[in-house]
Amino acid sequence: MKESSKLAMISTVASLAVSVLVGISTTAMAADAIRIGEINHYKRMAAFAEPYKNGVELALSEINEAGGVIGQPLEFIYRDDQGKPGEAIKIAEELVNREEVAMITGSILSNVGLALSSFAAEKKVIYLAAEPLADGLVWEKGNDYTFRLRSSTYMQAAMLAEQAAKTDAIKYATIAPNYAYGKDAVAAFKKALLALKPEVEFVTEQWPAVFKIDAGAEVQALERAKPDAIYNVTFGGDLAKFVREGTTRGLFEGRQVYGLLTGEPEYLEPLADEAPEGWVVTGYPWYDFEDGPNRVFVDAYLAAYDESPKIGSLVGYMTAQSIAAAIGRAGSLETEKLRQAFIGLEVDTPVGLITYREQDHQSTMGAFVGTTTVRDGGGVMVDWTYRDGANYLPSDEEVARMRPASQ
Amino acid sequence: MGLFIAQLLTGLANAATLFLVASGLSLIFGVTRIVNFAHGSFYMLGAFVGYSLMQVLPGAVGFWASVLLTGLIVGLIGVIVEMLVLRPVYRAPELFQLVATFGVILVIQDLTLMIWGAEDVLGPRAPGLKGIVRIMDEPVPTYDLALIALTPFVLFALWYLISRTRLGVLVRAATQDREMVAALGVNQAWLFTGVFFLGAGMAGLGGAIQLPKGGADLLMDFNILAAIFVVVVIGGMGSLPGAYIAAVLISVLNVFGVSYLPQSTLVLMFVVMAVVLTIRPYGLLGREEVVGEHGQVGEPERPIKPASGRARMMVGVLLVLLLALPMTGSHFLVILITDIIIFCLFAASLHFLLGLGGLVSFGHAAFFGGGAYVAGLLVIHAEAPMELAFLLAPLGAGLLAVIIGWLCLRLTGVYFAMLTLAMAQLLWSLVFQWDEFTGGDDGLVDVWPAGWLSEANSYFYFTAIVGVGGIILLRHIAHSPFGYALRASRDSQRQAEATGINTKRIQWMAFTLAGAMAGVAGALFVFSKGSVFPNEMEIAKSFDGLIVVFLGGVKTLSGGVVGAATLELVKDYLTRFEYWRLALGLLIIAVVVLAPYGIVGSFRKLFDRYRQPSEPETVAAESRQ
Repeated sequence: MKESSKLAMISTVASLAVSVLVGISTTAMAADAIRIGEINHYKRMAAFAEPYKNGVELALSEINEAGGVIGQPLEFIYRDDQGKPGEAIKIAEELVNREEVAMITGSILSNVGLALSSFAAEKKVIYLAAEPLADGLVWEKGNDYTFRLRSSTYMQAAMLAEQAAKTDAIKYATIAPNYAYGKDAVAAFKKALLALKPEVEFVTEQWPAVFKIDAGAEVQALERAKPDAIYNVTFGGDLAKFVREGTTRGLFEGRQVYGLLTGEPEYLEPLADEAPEGWVVTGYPWYDFEDGPNRVFVDAYLAAYDESPKIGSLVGYMTAQSIAAAIGRAGSLETEKLRQAFIGLEVDTPVGLITYREQDHQSTMGAFVGTTTVRDGGGVMVDWTYRDGANYLPSDEEVARMRPASQ
Repeated sequence: MGLFIAQLLTGLANAATLFLVASGLSLIFGVTRIVNFAHGSFYMLGAFVGYSLMQVLPGAVGFWASVLLTGLIVGLIGVIVEMLVLRPVYRAPELFQLVATFGVILVIQDLTLMIWGAEDVLGPRAPGLKGIVRIMDEPVPTYDLALIALTPFVLFALWYLISRTRLGVLVRAATQDREMVAALGVNQAWLFTGVFFLGAGMAGLGGAIQLPKGGADLLMDFNILAAIFVVVVIGGMGSLPGAYIAAVLISVLNVFGVSYLPQSTLVLMFVVMAVVLTIRPYGLLGREEVVGEHGQVGEPERPIKPASGRARMMVGVLLVLLLALPMTGSHFLVILITDIIIFCLFAASLHFLLGLGGLVSFGHAAFFGGGAYVAGLLVIHAEAPMELAFLLAPLGAGLLAVIIGWLCLRLTGVYFAMLTLAMAQLLWSLVFQWDEFTGGDDGLVDVWPAGWLSEANSYFYFTAIVGVGGIILLRHIAHSPFGYALRASRDSQRQAEATGINTKRIQWMAFTLAGAMAGVAGALFVFSKGSVFPNEMEIAKSFDGLIVVFLGGVKTLSGGVVGAATLELVKDYLTRFEYWRLALGLLIIAVVVLAPYGIVGSFRKLFDRYRQPSEPETVAAESRQ
């Protein structure tokens, strides 16, 4: 290549790079705002993180319009951790020490959540785990500084098991991604269902690699076991492939299917008119709220963004609400006061009043359980009810046994 | 019996996409010797482009037209990438191009996100092929049958193109001896471009053709990468029929694995690869690489020398500045530099193997993660004090390296690289799957340092002493007789053997040493973060190491360290912006094009140009720091 054309190309590349950098501007920071560090996988899990961020922003605008908390505006600093726990710790250090945030929140992935939780306990910083579902976060690996908002794997699995116990299906097959979340979800479902109905038998367990499902083979393996009912934990692209192969090959005919999180718009919407029908799922039926705070939130969200809310939007909204409530209750940004404020904190949210439990710092946020169907060319949940999370947690003694003693 | 046949058919159908994508990779590697990391990105683009076209073009004709058009479009994108990014760096040191392709991955990821949005899309079903047929009472999707029928045609067409046309003759000639082809007056540049078009187009086709069985999402580029490398290696690099057999083998075994050993989904293909490479070191249909056949691309490396007094002084000043860092009072800066030193040590250990030993390992993260896990497991399960865990970590990682090195060093070149990748992946899946012991992907948490190191500043000093000490030790070893023997083994195995060097043993020792040093870095890492997760030993981590070593300059002593520090600093800054992957990708490409000898190597060239050739002493010394 000639020098001149090489130079021309280099300058093109360089100017592109510069324009990218200039095109993006960081949000200007208000002088005396209360800052909250928000660490998430904005790129790696963009489909989940973007609605979540929108939810946070919506709550913040409402909170700040109403005068902020303890007389100051509330502000989130968003940082991308690339989905790597080590990176998240580094960013947390920076947020706490350089940006002087009052507390940290964020993460979708359980492993990043667990890393941040351990960091929080070591460095004595409050961490509100908004989305990570891992049960260990508040139980086996729980600590004094970590709180969790969303209803956990155990809670949602228990809700589905309750529904499953009402049918006369005896032989169950499970399919779950081959990593911690999938394993927890299957273990929790088994435990809850066997407690309610001891005669249940699990005839096969399938473990596709996450996001690398071989759907045809999985469907054949499930079919081979001839189960009465199937419990599904796959999600995202895996779910789409599983549903398509399963429907094509007739796996779901005459079988009840239970789908953990399958009813969440994040997973149901991409399936469009191929969404499975008649599955019992946990999810978020935002389209069917008639009135009440749920509707108010959905309307506000639709007005603010030209897209429908996802479960992540709700979680983001409730995250900002919870933090504002905790700071309001503490009346200060001191970590110890904030921590005390979070314990037993009650927050009035779109899904109703939730409480951050004293015994394990888990909020009582529940989940919607319903049946899937296709309506107007899109998958929706019908006959849903909201289940209060408080009713789907283990006994206090069991929680106390699982949770390490406070330091 | 019916089920058996149905499962066989599922496997054959799955092999179609895998073969299409892998054959493209195999072609590109065979001719251009480029290990194209961006191949998964072409596959992802194929899925998205195909999806968009299928929205516009209706009916069965529209569907198949979209598939073909997608191949064409993605092929053209491949041409653009080849001409803009790869052409300028063909003369760079071997494998340097993979850094460029890594930049391309980042750029394509962000551009795809910009164009198609974050949400997964479900692929449209193939018109006319939506149903099933019953074969011995088992349901088999008709589209599966179409795929099974189609693949042999593609294979045949490719085979015909390669073995029966003039273009094919040139391609095969270039595969065997590029210099000779060029000497015979064939325009190599356009030959390469053509092969890139074909290879990228095949990946695009693969992406489009899998749409009715799935869809398109933003993670699919990385998700297929390991599988296609495995297929290419099992089949034999550059062999198309080999790739087909391997794709079928992997897919069919996988189907039966899913049924009869459901937990095997993570490891199966790597086990198959390890077994095949043990029995047939060059894949099923691959040819043995004749040593020196392709020679070293670019100019010969200059001999290394100890740093001059002036250079030593400069490093000394830098070190003093480093140790004075906590006095700035910036807590975060201390944390950041701690991270960077750890990564530098990891990169330096890989550079030792790669630059001095000529051993390209694609699985070096196994030892970084290995060290971190040894330390973490000792603390969690044996309640070992931090100091003891820290001392045992490099021993554990070294032991791992002894075993893995023994297995892998029987191979050379790309096959060696792929076997290290397979071994690392096996180790990764062991850690990932063995919940009770390693915590699975929930990792090991609460592994914080002992009280006397719990302050960020004291841990920084600890890291600085151990990390910088490790780097200096590696440098020192490079100048020792062992280092000379290692370089001799790299440059000419035969001559080295003739002078009485047991090259295999030397390389084995180097592999072990590099593994142990990576283990030290891993131990530093686990205590600085308080936790470790399987992602510290996954493929992406190994690639991170490779990227910085090449970016810094593989043929210079300090390349690994300089590359690691630079990239980490840049990353720390760029990730604050929304489209940081695009910016980072463009930056990496710009560096690759501007500085094809790596950062250090290119600076050295720059100095050479302005200095008297009679002063090589200072030149070499400057550039090494």
